[in-house]
Amino acid sequence: MQDFSAAFGLAFSLIIGADADLIEIIALSLRVSISAVLLSGLIGFPLGALIAVTRFPGRQVAAVLLNALMGLPPVVVGLLVYMAISRAGPLGWMNLLYSPAAMIIAQTILVTPIIAALTRQVVEDMHKEYDEQFRSLCIAPHRVIAALIWDSRYSLLTVTLAGFGRAIAEVGAVIIVGGNIDHLTRVMTTAIALETSKGDLALALALGIILLILALSVNAAVYGLRSSARRLAYA
Amino acid sequence: MKTCLKQALVTTVLIMLGTAPAWSADNSIIVQSTTSTANSGLYDYLLPMVRKDTGITINVVAVGTGQAIKNAQNCDGDVLLVHAKSAEQKFVGEGYGVARHDVMYNDFVFVGPPADPAGIAGGKSALAALKRIAGNKSKFMSRADNSGTHKKEMALWKQAATDPTQGSGSWYLETGSGMGATLNAAVGSGAYTMTDRATWISFKNKQDYRIQVEGDDLLFNQYGIIMVNPDKCSQVRRDAAQAFIDWVLSKKGQAAIAAYQLDGLQLFFPNAN
Repeated sequence: MQDFSAAFGLAFSLIIGADADLIEIIALSLRVSISAVLLSGLIGFPLGALIAVTRFPGRQVAAVLLNALMGLPPVVVGLLVYMAISRAGPLGWMNLLYSPAAMIIAQTILVTPIIAALTRQVVEDMHKEYDEQFRSLCIAPHRVIAALIWDSRYSLLTVTLAGFGRAIAEVGAVIIVGGNIDHLTRVMTTAIALETSKGDLALALALGIILLILALSVNAAVYGLRSSARRLAYA
Repeated sequence: MKTCLKQALVTTVLIMLGTAPAWSADNSIIVQSTTSTANSGLYDYLLPMVRKDTGITINVVAVGTGQAIKNAQNCDGDVLLVHAKSAEQKFVGEGYGVARHDVMYNDFVFVGPPADPAGIAGGKSALAALKRIAGNKSKFMSRADNSGTHKKEMALWKQAATDPTQGSGSWYLETGSGMGATLNAAVGSGAYTMTDRATWISFKNKQDYRIQVEGDDLLFNQYGIIMVNPDKCSQVRRDAAQAFIDWVLSKKGQAAIAAYQLDGLQLFFPNAN
C-alpha cells in the first residue's frame, strides 16, 4: 500500500503550504468544537457537581443515566437536532440548519453528558474527603459546589479534554446538521469523509494525520498551561 | 470562580454570535443535490461562474437523491438538483416543487474486478449482466440508500425479473451508503457494482477495476432541477433560486456544463429544452 507513505508526504506538504482552504477548515473545526466544549462545561460542571453533592430521590438513577448518555451515538444526536431545527421542525423559525451554530448545538449535546458524568465522579470523590468539614462549618450547598469544582480544577481540565476529544473527532452529527457545505460548514472530519467517498484515500488519511496533530497541539497547550498554573500556585 | 464563569460565558456567546446561520447571508441559497454532481467537481467548476454572473452564493448539500428530496420536503433548501425523474415528478405533483426542468444527462455503468467471475465484461445489455451476476451468485454491492442510483438499480432488477434481495448478505451486499463508499467497498472486496459515469471518472481508488458494461439505453441517467415551492416553504428565496435555475438552463450555463471535463472526458451532457 503506497497510500500510507503518500499520506504522510501529503500531510506534510499541506501543512508547509498553509493551504487557505485547509486553514479555513481547521479554524472552523476548532471554533465549533471549542465553543461546544465551553458550553458543555458551563452546563456539565455545575450539573455533575450538583448530583455529586446533593441528596435527592432518584440521584443514583440520574448518575447512571448520565454515564449511559456518554455513549450517545453522534448520528442519533445529529438526527434529533436536524428534526428540531429543520424548517419543518419546531425550531425551524430560528434558521439554524446548515450553520456552525447548529453544529455547536449538536456537539454540546454530545459532550455535556461526558463532562457532567466525569465531573460527578471527580467531585463525589473529593466530597467524601471534605464532607464532614463542610458540614461542621455549615457551608451553603452552592458554596460547597463552587469550592469542590475549584479544588478539582486540574482533574476537570482532563475531563474537559475528554469532551474536546469527542467533539473534534465526531462526524455523524455535524455532517447531518452542518451539511458539509464548502466554505460554510466543512470541518476536518466531514472533509475526511468526503475525500474517502471520492476515493482519494491518501488525501483523506493526510487530513486525518493533521487532525491528530491538531488534537495533540491542543492537549499539549492545555498541559503546558496547567503546569505553569501549578507552578504559580505553589511558588 | 465567578469571574471565571462569566468570562467563559461571554466568550462562548461571542463565539456563537460570530457564527452566522447559512440563511442570514443575503443572496445565498441552499441547493439540495446528489453526491455524484458534487464529488465529480462539477459544482466547484460552475459555482464561481454563477456567482460572477448573478452575485448569488450557492451552498450545496450533497446527499443521496432520496435524502435530498426529503430535506427539500422539510423546506431545508431552495433548489433541488437530483437524478430520479419519477420521484422528482412526484415531488412537483404533490406541490413541494414549482416545476421540473431537464438539466443534463450521463449514464450508469457496471464496474467490476478484472477476474470478472460472472463474465459480463464487454456486454452491452444491463439486464443480461444482472442475470449473469445473480445466476453466478457473484458479489454485487448495492447502494440500498434510496438514492437515484439505487432506484435505477432496483428498476433494472425488476426488468430483469430477478429478485436480488434473496441473496442479501451472501452475494448481494447492501451498503446503505453513498456511491463513493459503495465503490470503496466493491473495490475492497472484489464485488461488482453500478455507478454513474461522473462519479466513476472522478473516483480515485479504482485500483484495477474497470468499466465492464456500458452503452445500454436502459442505463440513461437524467438530472433535473426544481425550485422548492415558496407557497409551501415561505423561506425559499424565490428570486435568487429562479436566477440560479435560469442560469443553469441558459445557453451559457449549458455550454459550461458541456465544457467540464476530467481526464479529457466529458462528465455531463446538457439537455435543457
